[in-house]
Amino acid sequence: MKALTFTLVAEPPERLDLSLLTAERLAGIERRDFEKIQIGMSKHGSKVGDIFRIAGNDLLDIVFEGGSARLDRVAEGMRGGSVRVVGNAGAQAGRAMRGGTLTIEGNAGPHAGSGMRGGRLEITGNAGDHLGGPLAGELAGMNGGVLIVRGKAGAFAADRMRRGLIAVLKGSGDNAGSRMIAGTLVVAGGTGEMPGYLMRRGSILLDRAPKSLSPSFVECGAPESVFAAVVDRHLIADGILKRPLLGNAPQKYGGDNAVLGMGEVLFPH
Amino acid sequence: MPNVSVNGIVIDDTFAEAFGMRATAIIITAPNRKWARQAAITMTGFATSVIGCGCEAAIDVELPPSATPDGRPGCRVLIFATGTDELQKQLLNRVGQCVLTSPGSACFAGLEGSAALKLGSALRYFGDGWQISKKIGGRHFWRVPVMDGEFLCEATTGLTKAAVGGGNFFVMAESSAKALLAAEAAVAAIGLAPGAIVPFPGGIARSGSKIGGKYKGMIASANEAYAPTLRGVVRSELGADINAVLEIVIDGETNDAVAAAMKAGIKAVIELGPQRGAVRISAGNYGGKLGKFIYSLKDMLP
Repeated sequence: MKALTFTLVAEPPERLDLSLLTAERLAGIERRDFEKIQIGMSKHGSKVGDIFRIAGNDLLDIVFEGGSARLDRVAEGMRGGSVRVVGNAGAQAGRAMRGGTLTIEGNAGPHAGSGMRGGRLEITGNAGDHLGGPLAGELAGMNGGVLIVRGKAGAFAADRMRRGLIAVLKGSGDNAGSRMIAGTLVVAGGTGEMPGYLMRRGSILLDRAPKSLSPSFVECGAPESVFAAVVDRHLIADGILKRPLLGNAPQKYGGDNAVLGMGEVLFPH
Repeated sequence: MPNVSVNGIVIDDTFAEAFGMRATAIIITAPNRKWARQAAITMTGFATSVIGCGCEAAIDVELPPSATPDGRPGCRVLIFATGTDELQKQLLNRVGQCVLTSPGSACFAGLEGSAALKLGSALRYFGDGWQISKKIGGRHFWRVPVMDGEFLCEATTGLTKAAVGGGNFFVMAESSAKALLAAEAAVAAIGLAPGAIVPFPGGIARSGSKIGGKYKGMIASANEAYAPTLRGVVRSELGADINAVLEIVIDGETNDAVAAAMKAGIKAVIELGPQRGAVRISAGNYGGKLGKFIYSLKDMLP
């Protein structure tokens, strides 16, 4: 079977909700009816056939050729297979994913990987604010899986993260790892102000000292850490980083003591 | 089939009889080889026989830094017991008292088995609330604060039900020194065979036993047929040329691992030759009715 390919014909006239175009949601719909699915979110009410040219039929291998910041909710809730976006994606790409792989060969908008529980989301460009974070009213953000941003991430990356791994390779905005409940956030390339703000538990692993930390973080020394060695080796073996991030005895700051205080910010000593 | 002779060494026409066991493996790492070995040796101390130690354990292989999860020198330790519950208990007691306590140590699963045994998921309570759970690349670790930093311990390790305990052979020589030299050569060769251990002191048992005894409550007692001082008194298995017998007992992760280890050990004894080492090789069994695994010596020849 050939990959089910949606080729963007022209820049969409409105924001699109692509959450209907996943293997799970398309299963049970006749191939010829795909073009009639409504994805437009305004009065235009665009249908798939108005926006994309469709080829192939493998639901477990979906490709969006040509991207746009208006392509929202790509691969939302996907559980298996692969989705590839050749170009940019809009808001909430890979939201609530549970399995499979989503690759965005471009930039992603805000809330990419929001609340994901499993699978692997890789963004080769930059990601917007609230990477992996919860939507308004939700208690937890990312809850499992692996989220890699090869470029930069906006503010509040890994907000309220509970489980899983987020890696941002070219720096993040302010308040990375804010309100983290647990999980691991890796940021290479520097962070903005106050990473780990109000984090309860979890690990924020940096390639350099943060330029500022909330005053409720405390210095915890730099003993040798097998955990750091295991993480470094994993990040390299998984193709996320090329060089060790932390070294064998990273500096640790513990916090945020304004809340539970069992989190940590680690960076090379 | 009559006994055969290889390189001047008589090989008895008999077989070793071995039993199914439960086994697990862990990988212990440390800042250097010395301390990895120290932790492994300590946790496998007093683990020669399930008869009195609860388990049989020893270092399987030493691992170079490139082969361990944290890039430090390590040892793979194999632990055998007769049941899953006892194996679990021995594992936690030994890792908790001997590995957790050893400077700079870390502990990882050494086996992917049919079921999981608790490791860090039980030892984490030493952290008294300060322990940290971490999942990295699909593996679950616990980080327990200790006085030189953190004890990193994988949450679980694997259990195998395909393990075999009690593979064995006897090296029989004209003197104790020659028997010891032959047995040492066998142990050195078995040390290179993966997935098998020789749990007795230095890999060698001098008190091979029979089941039961004349005294009530004795699970095992002297195997008088192989005791040279009783050669004239009892129905002995020893000829006039034998003055010392040493037993190599082998536990393996699998039937094949035991067989490979026996072959390697017997090959080393044969290569040493009868002048410097053993003049005869035999094996222990219970008539073949008790054990599930049979290793005929004639199949173990090089």
